[in-house]
Amino acid sequence: MSFEVINPGILSLLQDDGRFGYQHLGVTTGGPLDEHAFVWANHILGNAPGTAQLEITYGLLQLRCLADTCIALTGADLGARINGEPLAPWCTRRVRKGDEIAFATPITGLRAYLAVLGGFQAEARLGSCATVFREGLGGVAGDGAKLKVGDILRFEPSRTAIDARVPGWAIPDYDSPLELGVMPGYQHDEFDIVQRTKFFSASYKVSQNMDRMGYRLSGDAIQPRRNGIISEGIAFGAIQIPSDGQPIVLLRDRQTIGGYPKIGCISALGAAQLAQRGPGARVRFRPMDVSEAEAQRMIFNHNFGL
Amino acid sequence: MKLESVNENTLLISLGDEICDEVAQRVRQVLDGIRGELAPFVIDLVPSYTSILLSFDLRRVDRLGMFSRLQALIQRLEQAEASLEDAREVVVPVYYGEEVALDMAEICQHLGLSADEVIALHSSVSYRVYAIGFSPGFAFLGNTDPRLSMPRKSTPRLKVPRGSLGIADNQTAIYPSVTPGGWQLIGRTPAQMIDWNSRSLALMEVGDRVRFEPVSRQEYLSLGGQFDEL
Repeated sequence: MSFEVINPGILSLLQDDGRFGYQHLGVTTGGPLDEHAFVWANHILGNAPGTAQLEITYGLLQLRCLADTCIALTGADLGARINGEPLAPWCTRRVRKGDEIAFATPITGLRAYLAVLGGFQAEARLGSCATVFREGLGGVAGDGAKLKVGDILRFEPSRTAIDARVPGWAIPDYDSPLELGVMPGYQHDEFDIVQRTKFFSASYKVSQNMDRMGYRLSGDAIQPRRNGIISEGIAFGAIQIPSDGQPIVLLRDRQTIGGYPKIGCISALGAAQLAQRGPGARVRFRPMDVSEAEAQRMIFNHNFGL
Repeated sequence: MKLESVNENTLLISLGDEICDEVAQRVRQVLDGIRGELAPFVIDLVPSYTSILLSFDLRRVDRLGMFSRLQALIQRLEQAEASLEDAREVVVPVYYGEEVALDMAEICQHLGLSADEVIALHSSVSYRVYAIGFSPGFAFLGNTDPRLSMPRKSTPRLKVPRGSLGIADNQTAIYPSVTPGGWQLIGRTPAQMIDWNSRSLALMEVGDRVRFEPVSRQEYLSLGGQFDEL
């Protein structure tokens, strides 16, 4: 009882909330780049938080339904259709055996999340089915591979009708200018005041080098005082400044340790917004206190009863 | 000791400013302490040369709660300094033969040593695992004898065979899987560094001690060593 992959599109990955507890062995976490959209998709279906979904980057995915179920689609609008009819994001939808779901290309945002009632079933590797190609872990077959033609995405079929949508206030506008709060930390104080001022007043552009490991930005170069530091753990959302001065925001598939200076971190919810921006999008940074990010996160968790 | 927030659910614990055995031992001690006493709050721990990155579960503890628990734990450990126990020692068999020591000729030429001297210097020291990263199970070990200090290769290999043992600057490491890499290859181990199906998962952990034991070609093969691991 499943979906069959007719066309895997550009990059479609099975992701649960991530592989935690193994970073001390150098194993990255994986998990959804846009946690906001991911959590909402499970929530409107009544799934347990962290239940496995598809992260569809850019689109062109085509699925055939081999059983009845109910789905939720959140995140980017990738021009999805079901049997040729438009399939709106941010709500649930019943699907029946024989239906075909097809994604086009981005209308707004970059990554869509497709959840199914009860979640997709896949063998967990180190406690998670989050797909990390580099490490050969997770995914449909447990070997880290992205979706491919003929893959079978298993789930428990259901005739339950769920009619739910994400409230308007929780639907982000991915085309709006993005200003991300940065918590000063790591080597922040080692960047002199001129470099810090530059960082917080510049407008950066998302470059072509953006993937699940990190987003490389281009704009005013920031001069670190040192080119290298003693390698240390890299937090989710850390902003690394390599010697060319172009910031790299490190995301879910980042390396666990690294030796470049870091000017601070964006929050997980900030990273969710960044991950919906493609090459050419503009990003600015502002200083943010940790307590603000903590409060935002507590409110977010509270909304979902976490 | 310095404790700082880096994001809404992550703290960086800094335990020293330089790469040395003493700091590595402190890192391991604090790591074990956190595992023993604060595990229910912890999502992930990333120990490295001089620091530990800790992410915690905001559903169970807030930032200030995590701060004060950690401060209390570390203070207690500092006072109990005398009871520092040394870590276990992992012995790793290594075949240093020319089929697998792909950079031995270059190393000997650069350092002005014979292959036997290089092997003797490399296998006579007990190393400390300073950090694990780069790829799963890739352990950075130090310090090597100063006479073995080699720069990385100017052009990294696109594929380093699994089990390869490399040296770079004053450190040495084993490639647990086939990855690109720029360390100078000195030998190969038949031992599996990571095995996700085993209970221990990895052969070594940050803070462990490691010694290399030279084995013959015959022993290497009988331990499961191969020559075509790409």
